[in-house]
Amino acid sequence: MYHSKVFVTLKKSILDPQGKAVEQGIHSLGFDAVGDVRIGKYIEMDMDTNSREDAERMTKEISDKLLANLVMESYSFTTEPVKE
Amino acid sequence: MVKVKIGVIVFPGSNCDHDAHYVAETIMGQDARLIWHKEGSIGDVDVVVLPGGFSYGDYLRCGAIARFSPVMKDVVRFAHNGGLVIGICNGFQVLTEAGLLPGVLLRNKSLLFICKYLHLRVENAHTKFTHRCESGEILEIPIAHGEGNYFTDPETLKQLEDDQRIVFRYCDRSGKVTDDANPNGSLSNIAGIINKTGNVLGMMPHPERASDPVLKHTDGRKIFESMIQSVNSQLQRAESLVAERSL
Repeated sequence: MYHSKVFVTLKKSILDPQGKAVEQGIHSLGFDAVGDVRIGKYIEMDMDTNSREDAERMTKEISDKLLANLVMESYSFTTEPVKE
Repeated sequence: MVKVKIGVIVFPGSNCDHDAHYVAETIMGQDARLIWHKEGSIGDVDVVVLPGGFSYGDYLRCGAIARFSPVMKDVVRFAHNGGLVIGICNGFQVLTEAGLLPGVLLRNKSLLFICKYLHLRVENAHTKFTHRCESGEILEIPIAHGEGNYFTDPETLKQLEDDQRIVFRYCDRSGKVTDDANPNGSLSNIAGIINKTGNVLGMMPHPERASDPVLKHTDGRKIFESMIQSVNSQLQRAESLVAERSL
């Protein structure tokens, strides 16, 4: 069994108004050193396979076709075996 | 005149489906039917409406899950065969997710859900959806969305502009396309676009909410009238072809 963690964020070139709003909140909280706050999505999933290659291929295909819209988003992921 | 068959797709979370059905049937006098998203086929309809709402609760991204609904396969087939498809609001989002229209609809720049009447300029009145309008005509039709900020890459935008596929732009009362008249941050004030072959239209404003005279605004009817007339003239052409051949 493998476990994937997928992180989806808006591309750098796209304005992230939600991130901007949260950044304002962080500044109001007194953390002036913080900048470039981006909001994204985090998805995790288990995969019933014993092959890392298989698990990574599935994660990539699912991310490309469903989890991220590549017109506006980019993603990264990690895949690790689950200790049984 | 034969009634035009207008199918309105119902996704879980659609909420403008009955409005679209009401306008098609009661206001326009056509044969309207609701099509549940689990159907494998849209049947023999002439026009498909993907209505507004929050299909699948907008989970993941607006329209992202709806495009995998069983009925969408047949909608894509229908569109590729030249059938008329109009996506309104959430329907527009579904069309971009399904790859039938380019680009994507981002969160409104203001982060606010905006629900109000505003003005649109008809940029292309030579489409199957707008030929009942004048070129440059200003329509007053409401929007109601949180994600209507149209975005695409510069090459696609240029192609849309060159091919006159930007059908509606947000404008002010006098028809000027300005930043102030742009409610959501849409690229180039885009409110609606059409596909290359001219049979798939996506628009964020709601023509079905501006069609019943009781609501005082009826500019949206022109879009329904255009579609209905397009189908009718297509049917007539087909009939006269058959008649010619049988002579």
